[in-house]
Amino acid sequence: MANTEQEILEGLAEIVAEETGLPTDAVALEKSFTDDLDIDSLSMMTIVTHAEDKFGVRIPDEEVKNLATVGDAVRFIAGAQA
Amino acid sequence: MTSARDVVVTGLGATTPLGGDVPSTWDAALAGRSGARTLDNDWAERYEIPVNFAATIKVKPEDVLPRPEIKRMDPSAQYAIIAAREAWSDAGAPEVDGDRLGAVVSSGIGGVWTLLDGWDTLRERGARRMLPMTVPMLMPNSPAAFVSLEFGARAGAHALVSACASGAEAIGYGADMIRTGRADVVICGGTEATIHPMPIAAFAASRTLSLRNDDPEGASRPYDIDRDGFVVGEGAAVVVLESAEHAAARGARVYAKLAGVGLSADAYHITSPDPEGRGQVAAMGRALEDAGVTPADVVHVNAHATSTKVGDLTETRSIRTLLGDDADHVLLSATKSMTGHLLGGAGALETVFTVKAVHERLAPPTINVANPDPELQVPLVRGEPAKLPGGDVAAINNSFGFGGHNVALVVTNA
Repeated sequence: MANTEQEILEGLAEIVAEETGLPTDAVALEKSFTDDLDIDSLSMMTIVTHAEDKFGVRIPDEEVKNLATVGDAVRFIAGAQA
Repeated sequence: MTSARDVVVTGLGATTPLGGDVPSTWDAALAGRSGARTLDNDWAERYEIPVNFAATIKVKPEDVLPRPEIKRMDPSAQYAIIAAREAWSDAGAPEVDGDRLGAVVSSGIGGVWTLLDGWDTLRERGARRMLPMTVPMLMPNSPAAFVSLEFGARAGAHALVSACASGAEAIGYGADMIRTGRADVVICGGTEATIHPMPIAAFAASRTLSLRNDDPEGASRPYDIDRDGFVVGEGAAVVVLESAEHAAARGARVYAKLAGVGLSADAYHITSPDPEGRGQVAAMGRALEDAGVTPADVVHVNAHATSTKVGDLTETRSIRTLLGDDADHVLLSATKSMTGHLLGGAGALETVFTVKAVHERLAPPTINVANPDPELQVPLVRGEPAKLPGGDVAAINNSFGFGGHNVALVVTNA
């Protein structure tokens, strides 16, 4: 079951908000996980674990380092669902 | 006489079955309330556990901590952080070089919720669903580590494990960090969050729990002839210890002195106390000697007294052996009658009670003692709080753990 990119963004924002305490609207496409959202590697892997569960996809560890921004993650998840 | 490396108590914090902080917990204890309640779940039926009640925490961490902290910490660390923040604020948030600040927070069992949730996740959903924070949440040093992180305590972060003596041992170790010059201020205490069906079933299997399901509030009854075991509790307590010199320099309010620490091991049996009480007498004797006080100075004992037949009487015999006729002027309080048994948090909570008792000259009551055991050898505070005498006084907090660990702390007036 594929989600739209907007649905993925909203779902990802909920996961990030739950993990970091940031408001969901702070989780925008252009934001960098490390530089803007201050997410460390352990938190990033936690977010990945929840995102795999929520969107029914597999995000390989070697792919995670390429997900610099929220937009990168949204596009990867959308592609993986397609 | 106070000397520079004497250890004083300048902050108190707790979250317990009686209240979400020290003032509410202490008021409830003086009022003789019980924190034990019937569990609002189906564990007893579903798993055929013979016990369906416990002394659950009064204020849930979800009502106090932001969501990300709840997700990153096992409940045992959540309780510790809540208690540590209160203690630190109560101490006036002292300005101290992080290299001179220590954190010692113990748990008896560790992050058991995280461990067992992780096992459930693995079996039901596979390794890919295992959360990356699982290890740092389940490790027994996690509460100490989170407290160290929060306050920038770099002199050392420690988690001494000695079952139900863990919280007291943490405070004793904190005092030693100050006395040996490693730190000027130490945040120390104990925590436990084991109200999960597995540990409850395991304690029930060891036949040490009260089975008084029809009367949870009356179940913890140390020294009553009808006691039938302890009541599992949960929560945390933390104290801020400080060198007398450091406290005086910043004009801190001082509750009392943490004057003596006494440690011993029974080396007798893995769960039963030595019936001769040799280890208990040794721990208390060493603590009095360490504090430089005599049996004549002792006016109050906060007993370990968990409401088991063997344990309660062994302890009072040990007190009588050590203090002799001076035990006649001791006021004995068994506060687990109200709080249940916080396991790794117990020794710390009872230290908070002992400090409050010396500071306010008021010994908390022991509830549910309808018929005192005729073998009880020390005057017991029953029903109502009892006034402690003025002048220079000493009080002992006893904590004993499965494994034969004995810790006695001596508190004296400031």
